[in-house]
Amino acid sequence: MLIDFKIDRPIFLQLAEAIEDDVLDGRYPEDGQIVSTTDLAVTLRINPATANKAISCLVDEGVIYKRRGVGMFVAPGARDKILNKRRERYWQNFVEPMLHEAAKLGIAEEDVIAIIQERGRVK
Amino acid sequence: MTSIAVKNLSKRFGATRAVDDVSLKLEPGKIYGLLGRNGAGKTTLLNLITYKIFPDSGEVTIDGCDVSVRDTLLGKIYHMTDKSYFQDDFQVKRLFRWCQDFYPAFDQPYAESLAAKFMLAQSKTQTQLSTGYATIFRAILALASNAPVVFFDEPVLGLDAAHRELFYRELIAHLCLKPKTVVISTHLIDEVAEVLEEVIILHAGRVALQQSVEDLLEQACLVTGAGDKVSTFVARYTVVGSETLGNTKTAIIMSPLAPDEKLAGERLGLEFSRVNLQRLFVALTNPQGV
Repeated sequence: MLIDFKIDRPIFLQLAEAIEDDVLDGRYPEDGQIVSTTDLAVTLRINPATANKAISCLVDEGVIYKRRGVGMFVAPGARDKILNKRRERYWQNFVEPMLHEAAKLGIAEEDVIAIIQERGRVK
Repeated sequence: MTSIAVKNLSKRFGATRAVDDVSLKLEPGKIYGLLGRNGAGKTTLLNLITYKIFPDSGEVTIDGCDVSVRDTLLGKIYHMTDKSYFQDDFQVKRLFRWCQDFYPAFDQPYAESLAAKFMLAQSKTQTQLSTGYATIFRAILALASNAPVVFFDEPVLGLDAAHRELFYRELIAHLCLKPKTVVISTHLIDEVAEVLEEVIILHAGRVALQQSVEDLLEQACLVTGAGDKVSTFVARYTVVGSETLGNTKTAIIMSPLAPDEKLAGERLGLEFSRVNLQRLFVALTNPQGV
């Protein structure tokens, strides 16, 4: 997991989301071990406290659990938890900015809908 | 773990107040960035804390003890300076051995492994080292010193991009293994920003700001839009810098905006974004404002 950090959000959030992405796409299976905070900090060249904060967030949300002296693992049911959270934020993170930009460009709502129906089918 | 407190420290050189009533605390286990323009007093401050030069007034305490009466405490700080105080014609490997003999905590095998990673030829004498390798040599001594507090004054001066990356990574790996208090004084803010936990910004000998990087970036906000609208909007906030290009104005404000304030601004056509540390630093330390 190599992240190109952006300025728009705190780094610990971006790191937590990148780990969640890896859980979502199955790179980290449930009950699978994830890399240590030391590896994260060194590889991503970030402050160790920042890496710890990202991990703490994921532990608090029940996405990751720690086994003392062994390491960190993806919690059972983590994928569903992340999916639910991300679906709730989908409107805010993607649809709202899209509509905002459309309004700025003078693209009517029905045209946005038409574009999605025409070209938006991913599969 | 060692903590350091600086209280009302001042030092004049002639008419110049190099360090002017500086108070700050260094907490154990944190990585601090000591940032400041040229001549802001960074090196003088580090020299004062390590008692290489004596303050006109104020005091430095290490773990609560006054350094001026207990100078053995200074052994807790390793200060990587821009100079080497070793004899020039000694080979690198001899100096590593020498350090091992004189500083019991010095980790010679670690120093040698770092030298191998940086491809520093240990058979060379200090005078044979290029600018970059002279810096690398001093940085290796600092990393291997095993002091609970390490000051790095321009640790990447003259290093190529690959070696700078390697330095930051080795520093982080080392701190994960052996947590300690670190102060990095540097002008290369962009590349060190993510490594730092807290910044101390010195300006004209005074502490302009000491804050966690995360909180600082959370607080600062860049407002962009039509010139008059930006001016009206930012009037009730603390503006630390602004710039105009044609009809567009950007202003950096140092106040976290409530969602409704932001929404009100967006209705006026203003855009809000976060600022990176370097841009914020320039704004905070530039009298003309950027």
